[in-house]
Amino acid sequence: MNDNGKPKLAMYWCASCGGCEISVLNIHEHILDVDAVFDIVFFPCIADFKLQDVQGYPDGYIDVCLFNGAIRNSENEEMAHLLRKKSKILVAYGSCSYEGCIPALSNLTSKEATFQTVYIDNPTIDNPDGILPQTMTKVPEGELELPFFYNTVKSLDQVVEVDYYLPGCPPEPPQIWAVLEVVIAALTQGAPLPPKGSIVGAKDVAVCEECPREKHEKTIARFYRPYEINPDPDLCLLEQGIICMGIATRGGCGALCPQVGMGCRGCYGPLPGVEDQGAKMLSAIASVIDVGDVGDDEKLLEQKIEEVIATIPDPAGTFYRFSMAHSILQRTRISENGKGDSE
Amino acid sequence: MTDQTNFEPMVVGFTCNWCSYRAADLAGMSRIKYPPNIRLIRLMCSGRLDPTFVLKAFEGGADGVLISGCHPGECHYLEQNYKMLKRFLLLRKMLIQMGIEPDRLKLLWASAAEGARFAEEVTKMVETVRSLGPLNWSKVVDSNGGHATVIPVLAKEEVTA
Ligand code: SF4
Ligand code: SF4
Ligand code: SF4
Ligand code: FES
Repeated sequence: MNDNGKPKLAMYWCASCGGCEISVLNIHEHILDVDAVFDIVFFPCIADFKLQDVQGYPDGYIDVCLFNGAIRNSENEEMAHLLRKKSKILVAYGSCSYEGCIPALSNLTSKEATFQTVYIDNPTIDNPDGILPQTMTKVPEGELELPFFYNTVKSLDQVVEVDYYLPGCPPEPPQIWAVLEVVIAALTQGAPLPPKGSIVGAKDVAVCEECPREKHEKTIARFYRPYEINPDPDLCLLEQGIICMGIATRGGCGALCPQVGMGCRGCYGPLPGVEDQGAKMLSAIASVIDVGDVGDDEKLLEQKIEEVIATIPDPAGTFYRFSMAHSILQRTRISENGKGDSE
Repeated sequence: MTDQTNFEPMVVGFTCNWCSYRAADLAGMSRIKYPPNIRLIRLMCSGRLDPTFVLKAFEGGADGVLISGCHPGECHYLEQNYKMLKRFLLLRKMLIQMGIEPDRLKLLWASAAEGARFAEEVTKMVETVRSLGPLNWSKVVDSNGGHATVIPVLAKEEVTA
């Protein structure tokens, strides 16, 4: 440990895609400022550090740890506890760490089904003996150990205390830099930090507020998947029947996706005060369904609404694309034969 | 593995102040019996039903959820019950994906005069949920959570380079 008096920075990845690391590098020339201000003490993606290095640091040695990735296995959880102990400020960086993100979509199935797909069924797999990863394997040299693979993917704050959340998949570079500036000011000039538990690097309004598309009252007679329609360039996508989560998603990205014709996927997470992003979206989407004037016949009404709903093939995966781990139900129920009841 | 014989289902019922809540009241006053397994929550209108309430009910231990409102055309706040119907149908589709059987979520249109019918439908629902067994959501998350099952060790493993 060569202590040069600079604040210490760490970044670590758990169940993630690596995009969050790249997003940090995407702050462009500011990365030089980061290097000037901080002493990087752990950042496996860009520099060679070992677990033993971190284990050797005194508790609270790391000033800021950007933790990205969800908790999917026992190794992830151990790293979360270790980095929590060694860090003064622990930031859940990116959607995976904040609320589960894409990895947590596997909470819609079982661990067994995931293994079956990944190690047996996928077309590029050649595994005639059906070998699956084992937590313990005996080899002549001794025993080899792998982490447990959990059934349920969890967010970082479901295993340790988190100081700040930086949403996005991945967070947008201007937002990252804005957050780093606040942290740098706090560490070097004693400026105040936002209250613990804050969501930083995002806005308090919906993506719609940042979206330049023209908005009218929304009434939708059917939904379209992106490949089924060529959207009008100026009109709100949701009004055109393209599912856009902008109405139920926290702003801060600048409405990047709708601006290029893709519905918002919801990666900045729920709006302030909203507990369950999927339920909020479900509510909003259902309210705009329009079946025309079919009268008061209960059966006919139901049938017409069902026809519109049939154009949303995967409500859970769509409305909880990023927030499954943080949702109220958190995962799907697996019946005793190991299969989801829905299968 | 739960002991089904002692299982008393818990059903949360969201009722509308103007119709189904009064129907329940009427059933009570007319001494029409229905099972005590239902816990009624009064909303001013079924249109007030936020899907979050239903998710919370299941997560909090409900084995079934009943949503009731005024018949189509009879809502006191214009067409809020149509809105509820749309949410109900979409929610039911999503809950199936979450492994919750569709029969655990029921919609009932009931006017203030339909006390007997309300009691009868509640009884039917409680029996349906009884036959489905406990939902026990806290166990769903725990048993699949942190230090869950160890990956079963296979008999033989050869790794060739
Ligand atoms: S939040 Fe998105 S970009 Fe970051 S690791 Fe997760 S999937 Fe990748
Ligand atoms: S396109 Fe999406 S983000 Fe833009 S206004 Fe419509 S719903 Fe909101
Ligand atoms: S528009 Fe939505 S999905 Fe796209 S970056 Fe913004 S929050 Fe994420
Ligand atoms: S007032 Fe009863 S459903 Fe609206």
